[in-house]
Amino acid sequence: MSVPTKVAGSSAKRRRVRRLTKRDKAVLGVLVGVPLVVHVGLVWFPAVASVLLSFTKWDGIGLNTIQWSGFYQYVQAFSNDPSFWPAVTNNVLWLVFLLALPTPFGIFLAYQLDKQIRFSRFYQTAIFLPMVISLAVVGFVWQIFYQPDYGLVNSLFGSNDPNGTYIDWLGNPHLNLWAVLVAAGWRHTAYIMILYLAGLKSFDPALKEAASIDGASERQIFFKVTFPSLRPVNVIILVVTVLEGLRAFDLVYVLGGNTGSKKGLELLSILITNSIVGESGQVGYGSALAVILLIVSLVVIVPYLVQNFRREER
Amino acid sequence: MTTQAPPRPAVVPRPAPVTKKRVKPARALLHVFLALTAVVWLLPLLWAVYTSLRPYKETASRGFLTLPEKITGENYATAWEQAQFPHFFWNSLLITVPAVLLTLLFAAGIAFFVTRFSFRFNLALLMLFTAGNLLPPQAIITPLYQLYLKLPLPGWMSDSGVFYNSAWGVIAIHVAFQCGFCTFVLSNYMRTIPGEITEAAMVDGAPVWRQFFQIILPLCRPAFAALATLESIWIYNDFFWALVLFQSGDKRPITSAIANLSGEYFTNPNLIAAGSLMTAIPTLLVYFLLQKQFVSGLTLGSSKG
Repeated sequence: MSVPTKVAGSSAKRRRVRRLTKRDKAVLGVLVGVPLVVHVGLVWFPAVASVLLSFTKWDGIGLNTIQWSGFYQYVQAFSNDPSFWPAVTNNVLWLVFLLALPTPFGIFLAYQLDKQIRFSRFYQTAIFLPMVISLAVVGFVWQIFYQPDYGLVNSLFGSNDPNGTYIDWLGNPHLNLWAVLVAAGWRHTAYIMILYLAGLKSFDPALKEAASIDGASERQIFFKVTFPSLRPVNVIILVVTVLEGLRAFDLVYVLGGNTGSKKGLELLSILITNSIVGESGQVGYGSALAVILLIVSLVVIVPYLVQNFRREER
Repeated sequence: MTTQAPPRPAVVPRPAPVTKKRVKPARALLHVFLALTAVVWLLPLLWAVYTSLRPYKETASRGFLTLPEKITGENYATAWEQAQFPHFFWNSLLITVPAVLLTLLFAAGIAFFVTRFSFRFNLALLMLFTAGNLLPPQAIITPLYQLYLKLPLPGWMSDSGVFYNSAWGVIAIHVAFQCGFCTFVLSNYMRTIPGEITEAAMVDGAPVWRQFFQIILPLCRPAFAALATLESIWIYNDFFWALVLFQSGDKRPITSAIANLSGEYFTNPNLIAAGSLMTAIPTLLVYFLLQKQFVSGLTLGSSKG
């Protein structure tokens, strides 16, 4: 089948291309050109500009005030900014936490919900709700939940007595990151659950059945049959989790009191945002921090896409 | 020994009840576990709902963890009026609707080109768009902010004269970003439409724009439905772009305006709860009405191949 159709296909392709009139070409040019200009101009151009600007000092006013500064901004970040290393640590913690708890739990839930049980739809809907509402609203919901005087947590544990045990979950710099991570994990579990459920739907149940006839336990079936054969979904989940760890912003911003800088809640994304709305002369510094985010995310994105599209080509 | 004997009622009808009985405790346990998880997952939301439904006076004097004396929608009415909710909802609508429509149109254009006219660089094009969509917004915000301050827009589109502090600017960045995901999904979808359809149209002399608008776009309706649902929720839920790219709070859509409002107008937790829950209502409505579309849109990109 393959050889003749391939030839026919390619000759048809050649014919098709030749048949395009000038007007057709213009239409195609607009169809591709406009989105391409918008996308490249507003996403990739700033991405490249981030890299270039990170080696400069610039107050952001006139283009002629840009000064080449070599690695000054990076040195600044690594050795002079007291928030930089806490931010890196928190970003790493964020990622490790998401990978260690909410991700496996989401997979576990998906696996259980896939068992054709009753009310599965109800459970799914309930657990998935955090993914539907915006991160800002998630922030407010948890703010109310954690509020030291009247929040549910402190009311239940009686830790809202100003003269006795009083836990300020979001104010205490040793606690607040963990409090925020619980909220982030709450949402991430929902995301992973729904992604994995979709993957499981495409999984051939005959494989599972065969394994169970051969006497494999449920644990063995999951780890030796289901999980390995869902490799594409596993990769997606890994990529999604890493990117969520790098993108984390909204939740921290809201739970940190809408100012974007709270001790204990430093994140690279927050430092970058502060540097643009803050005083002038921070363009280069913000860009240097952005380059770090950019590099880490591209290290994840590029291999994923290359592998993904290569498979598609085959 | 208990793990064997998978239920095979068609072949051996008699032992079926036995296996059923044996499975039951495990199933019951599973239900207990899932129900508990669901309740725990709903708890923060339910707490916010409960808080929002009680008058501040009552909770202030009797504490929050008490049985309610009075359940009221008063907080919602107050939040709605004080914080000018209609105004901010309108802002959200003005950004979300054009952004979703333009995203879908642009993405469809690229996907059409990539799948129907296989030129050499289509893979590169697809990768460029998809990769762009995956970048963290903060990785590009510093230069983008400067670009927005300098890029001119005609006066009728923006009173600032530039992209910054203009709804069009925020729409543009949504379109630029979301195009990636939609292109990816739509190109996968269009690949399933047989090439003969457009070839036949081409033989009949239909120009490219008719093939696109009259043949391919209508055939992609299911994918559009899923993507439109998903993108509406995403763009409505956006917090970051609107926070950074608008200077004045009164132009912001509700999702990012709520951050300022909470400090200015919502002086007590009951009002904050009511206000933030009201913000979530449109997305919840869309989710409950179009749940299938939403979930299929979310997983379209991941469940293929």
